[in-house]
Amino acid sequence: MTVLFGQLFTGVSIGAVLLLIALGLALTFGQMGVINMAHGEFIMAGAYTTYVLQQVITAAGWSLLVALPVAFVVAGAMGVLLEFLLIRRLYARPLDTLLVTWGVSLILQQLARDIFGSPNVQTRAPELLTGNIGLPGGITVANNRLFILALAGGAVVALTVALRFTPLGRRIRAVVQNRDLAAVSGIATARVDRMTFFIGSGLAGIAGVALTLLGPIGPTMGTNLIIDAFLVVVVGGIGQLKGTVIVAFALGVLQAAGEYLTTLSVAKVMVFIAIVAFLQWRPQGMFTLRTRSLA
Amino acid sequence: MTAVVRDPVTADPAPIPPSRPTAGPSRHRFRAAAGFAFGAALLFAVAPLALSDFRLSLLAKYLCVAMVAVGIGLAWGRGGMLTLGQGVFFGLGGYAMAMHLKLADAGPGNMPDFMLLYGQLDELPLWWRPFASPWFALPATVLLPMAVAFVLGSLVFRRRVRGAYFAILSQALAAAMVILLIGQQGTTGGTNGLTDIQGFFGYDLDDPVNQRMVYFIIAGTLLALLALARHLIQSRYGELLVAVRDSEERVRFLGYDPATVKLVAYVVAAGMAGLAGALFVPAVGIISPALIGIVPSIEFVIGVAVGGRATLLGPVLGAVAVAWARTALSERFPGTWTYLQGLLFVVVVAFLPGGLASLVGLARRRDDGAARPRRFGRLRLRRREESA
Repeated sequence: MTVLFGQLFTGVSIGAVLLLIALGLALTFGQMGVINMAHGEFIMAGAYTTYVLQQVITAAGWSLLVALPVAFVVAGAMGVLLEFLLIRRLYARPLDTLLVTWGVSLILQQLARDIFGSPNVQTRAPELLTGNIGLPGGITVANNRLFILALAGGAVVALTVALRFTPLGRRIRAVVQNRDLAAVSGIATARVDRMTFFIGSGLAGIAGVALTLLGPIGPTMGTNLIIDAFLVVVVGGIGQLKGTVIVAFALGVLQAAGEYLTTLSVAKVMVFIAIVAFLQWRPQGMFTLRTRSLA
Repeated sequence: MTAVVRDPVTADPAPIPPSRPTAGPSRHRFRAAAGFAFGAALLFAVAPLALSDFRLSLLAKYLCVAMVAVGIGLAWGRGGMLTLGQGVFFGLGGYAMAMHLKLADAGPGNMPDFMLLYGQLDELPLWWRPFASPWFALPATVLLPMAVAFVLGSLVFRRRVRGAYFAILSQALAAAMVILLIGQQGTTGGTNGLTDIQGFFGYDLDDPVNQRMVYFIIAGTLLALLALARHLIQSRYGELLVAVRDSEERVRFLGYDPATVKLVAYVVAAGMAGLAGALFVPAVGIISPALIGIVPSIEFVIGVAVGGRATLLGPVLGAVAVAWARTALSERFPGTWTYLQGLLFVVVVAFLPGGLASLVGLARRRDDGAARPRRFGRLRLRRREESA
């Protein structure tokens, strides 16, 4: 029982990290249909923002709190810049966007190496988040994992509220559902696209802050995570957040279970096979917007 | 969206070029033959005479990358399938060959050195044993990647998973493969891979003469693959492949099965990558996860994009040029090369999607004053590729 719960919690916390990363991707991929490979580098930007802030504000707890909004704005601004300079011109060619943003991610990685050096850097976690909480039944959960879970939950709630109840959210949903109809209804779709990119990239920045609690910060930290996050988006389906949420946790738990029963490497292959099998059943992902278009 | 409204996605305004008959005018054939003869002369006579042994072995390595590029040109340039996992097939071919060569180095009945080093095993694992026979290992370098591509491709294409979804899946395959190889260190060599390969079917690879022989095998294979790709492109199948790239639904309505058309190109590309990997091993003497993962897989694509994805020779020249630039620059300025590589991706793909080949095409059109069919087909960019 203890083991089962422990593994379940490990899976859920892997899922929470995946969810934080995949939320922003689901937003931009769902609305614009472009794959942003530089999303991983926005995560890195968020993590380095935390690192820099900790040099200025030495109290670890305060610097983490300040880092959350600052990283959101920093990563979001980078996203808007990328959208404005490059992606905007490539909406007609989603596959080419993937390659272009890969190039951008290479440049950003090298930039990080030149600014912060190739070796990984580390931040100090606030004391509140370093220990464990003991639950009845001899179960312990790590505080930092719990914090990330709460952060992911908070991000989902905030995003849901924003999409459902704000004017911007209404416009975003309209563009996702039918871009042409939204445009003829007087919605400035280009401006909505830019705002979506800001929010999606900003979420990557928040994910970066969260990741500083789990491990070192390095120039290539984004690359390793981004593939799994893309898989979450592909399997979850586009246009709705609930698919992303369900699949992120499902993949996390599957990964943890596979790791427990076999090894990490076999678990990765198992997850891949499960995804291909799932796409046989639902090629468009778990949830999808019903349209009458052919493609 | 009703049927009356012409959907910009499927209504392709570009005129359909007149289809060329399979056996083209004799002038085309003559030019192709002359081109191949020129290429052969360059690879077999000029390069070995002009280059030192060291440079020649580097060229052999680049030509292996170029073989992968020919396959990507077919699958991506012609078929619209952006495959970011060619490293998997390259690796399957490479590992199959390296396993055989390691076993041959160790001698019959012995275990490869690295297995003794890690010391986890008492005897050769079962799945290594068939690779002791060249009659199994050599076909396996090509057939194994083709089989994997066939299984994945038939599952994915039949369910109409395409565009960005396919690209992500192919990339995830590369990630899974690398993690699997690293995890099974005792039987695969882990992060180090299979290294220190001494002999190649009885020939000592340290001998420069034998290295030269490997180069000639690689150059000959590349020419053969180019001939195969040209044949496919010029056949009716090649026209169908381009049609699927440009409008999959239309092809389906015409009564063809786009999944099969795509599958053929994908499997052929995988076979080419496998062969490239197999020949890479004797040329370089190593195969490792670092050569086949996500990053090298996507780097295979950049050469193709630079040269011109939809042309026959573009991918080859682009791949060799990028690989050469990498060696020349990354030795002296490693950071600069990363910036340059990133810029290549951005500038070429965003602003010159036809690659350098399109510049050649522009120049030629200006000469003639009128457009005429280009020799190796043309890239028509759709307003919206594969809106997923």
